[in-house]
Amino acid sequence: MDIQLTINDISLKVPEGMSILDAARTVNIDIPTLCYLKLNEMHYNNNIASCRVCVVEVEGRRNLASSCSTPVASGMVVKTDSLRAIQARRAMVELLLSDHPKSCLTCAKNQDCDLQSLASELGVRHISYEGEESEFEIDKSSFSIVRDPNKCIRCRRCETMCNEVQTVGVYSAVGRGFNTVVKTAFDLPLHETSCTFCGQCIAVCPTGALTELDQVDKVWKALNDPNQFVVVQTAPAVRVALGEEFDLEPGTIVTGKMVGALRRLGFDRVFDTDFAADLTIMEEATELVHRIQHGGRLPLLTSCCPAWVKFFEHQFPDLLDIPSTCKSPHEMLGVLIKSYYAKTLGIDPKSITVVSVMPCVAKKYEAARPELAQSAETADVDIVITTRELARMIREASIHFDHLKDKEFDHPLGESTGAAIIFGATGGVLEAALRTAYEVLTGETLEKVEFEALRGMDGIKEAVIPIAGRDYRIAVIHGLGNARTVLEKIKAGESNYDVIEIMACPGGCIGGGGQPYHHGNMDILQARAAAIYREDRAKPLRKSHENLAIVSLYKDYLGEPYGKKAHQLLHTSYTARKKI
Amino acid sequence: MCDSASSNQFVQKLDGYIDSLTYKKENLIGVLHYAQEIYGYLPASVQWHIAQKLDIPSATVYGVVSFYSFFTMIPRGEHVVNVCTGTACFVRGAEKLKGELENQLKIKAGETTPDNLFTLETLRCVGACGLAPVMIVDGKVHGRMNEAQDINEVLAKYRPEG
Repeated sequence: MDIQLTINDISLKVPEGMSILDAARTVNIDIPTLCYLKLNEMHYNNNIASCRVCVVEVEGRRNLASSCSTPVASGMVVKTDSLRAIQARRAMVELLLSDHPKSCLTCAKNQDCDLQSLASELGVRHISYEGEESEFEIDKSSFSIVRDPNKCIRCRRCETMCNEVQTVGVYSAVGRGFNTVVKTAFDLPLHETSCTFCGQCIAVCPTGALTELDQVDKVWKALNDPNQFVVVQTAPAVRVALGEEFDLEPGTIVTGKMVGALRRLGFDRVFDTDFAADLTIMEEATELVHRIQHGGRLPLLTSCCPAWVKFFEHQFPDLLDIPSTCKSPHEMLGVLIKSYYAKTLGIDPKSITVVSVMPCVAKKYEAARPELAQSAETADVDIVITTRELARMIREASIHFDHLKDKEFDHPLGESTGAAIIFGATGGVLEAALRTAYEVLTGETLEKVEFEALRGMDGIKEAVIPIAGRDYRIAVIHGLGNARTVLEKIKAGESNYDVIEIMACPGGCIGGGGQPYHHGNMDILQARAAAIYREDRAKPLRKSHENLAIVSLYKDYLGEPYGKKAHQLLHTSYTARKKI
Repeated sequence: MCDSASSNQFVQKLDGYIDSLTYKKENLIGVLHYAQEIYGYLPASVQWHIAQKLDIPSATVYGVVSFYSFFTMIPRGEHVVNVCTGTACFVRGAEKLKGELENQLKIKAGETTPDNLFTLETLRCVGACGLAPVMIVDGKVHGRMNEAQDINEVLAKYRPEG
């Protein structure tokens, strides 16, 4: 049933149950918000009304109403721009600022902070309140995420993301009154909790309370060390998002400029994680066939996503035998650079630094996992930086990004197919796997390479694909809460899937925790996904097994896919971990 | 961390209680009350155990424990002495009563005596305003606690004889 109300003298009708805020937005009336965040695509709704910034006047009501959490009522008369509302909003922000560090100039979120822009928007010119300021310890325990509770405004967006969307539950509001702050269980350092380091808390944090562990200086140091041969690789999702950092339209593909910038920054080789994505398909498809032929346990779960890997290690330690043993693509490329490529060049692997540019903060943690190293001194990947950190390096070097000439990746570990680029969007890994599996199993050419059923933002997508007389039951999942739903079914023996792709972040890697901030605009994620599929269509080769550099790699170095050498270099194992 | 709870004899009692509940997750506060009654306090290991048993995040349990002043993560003494600081008791000299208790027990409110006999705490109105000011020892209300001598006599009842 529709409800009639008036907002700022505009009469409108909206469905019952809608908030005043959403109703106002239907007639282009903007009400400032801070803690409020709604992301329909991932069923995320944080409307706890803790900040009181969105208050409005409602006729006949004594106090101001928080528009994000107050539903419309019949005949309601709302004023969003009365002096009282405007002054109240400013007072709220001033109160928040009175207990907020004033170190904006050196904050990682400088010019990307919702609190900062709100203060500017509301015309806060001085802070009328003086009082106690919180003093919390900064948590730098993990390899991925830095928590600075002093910058926390108690909006609890991170908590909603972690508890309700990802179902990891690392954060909770702790204490009461002025002392309330979002913390971990028993104040444990993040590294000692079940945190998967997916970084979605960073993606929704309005301030600098949650940021990635910055590794930019480490990269600069390596680049300026004459004894180090510094190799960089870039993940598929970086090239469709990096442009946003330089004010290009979301969905602009900047592969060539990105490679150009990396050369300008001084990397000795610029390789493509897409190469290793093609390699992953060869290994994972062979692993699946091996499991089917030898009565192995099904379903096979993909293992490209380190946050997902850490999730099942903590939450489903009794299912460690079902994920694929394949290392994630950038780890595969790292180990190949330090073995195969080092041998080709005749360089000691110890003098090679591998830097991965990833849309992800969990990859930072992953690179530090002790089993992902050939020896204690030679980790497969040495440094991981996010898309945001790469943008920062480009700015620090005063490179005019939009004036850069397009450059190409180096050979041979920069060769890739369209199947590899789609790893960046949810469903891409399985679509790529199907392109290869079909041709390998049937011996026929696959004419229609696009599997539309596996694309899009639905949290759980299912399909049955017949190949060579067998039906393959597959599922594509993004978001850890959705993964939990399906894993519970597998545990209870209620599922009959053959293979499942799981990515921790909504939308897959394009929505990763290390990507440029979307500030709640989900159209940006859609634009990135569309760009991924455009880039795939533009590639002359679109099936991983057609990548000639991969064919030579097996012929000259690895031997058979899923063979002895491949196992030693490209596969890994998992550890049961405690749920905290 | 966190394993000490499972080796404890109390754990069976706690688990038995949780198993008897129809609604488990919904009863977190009740479970925490019960656990604090058994253990005397709520160490991280017990909170973790409850989180596993109720299938909720440990951070959520910790958040609830930290919110309510009734719950404590620090072991308490054998006897818990509470001073009511509600309005009526306050008017009738709760501050003086608290000061006298701090003086006699040689600890501050929130602390426990070195021999672990008494913990001194404050709470809000217990609904015995007619007897103000009141102190509550192990749940038993003692009213009109205005004189040092009366306070001393109450405490003496809880001290071991000899």
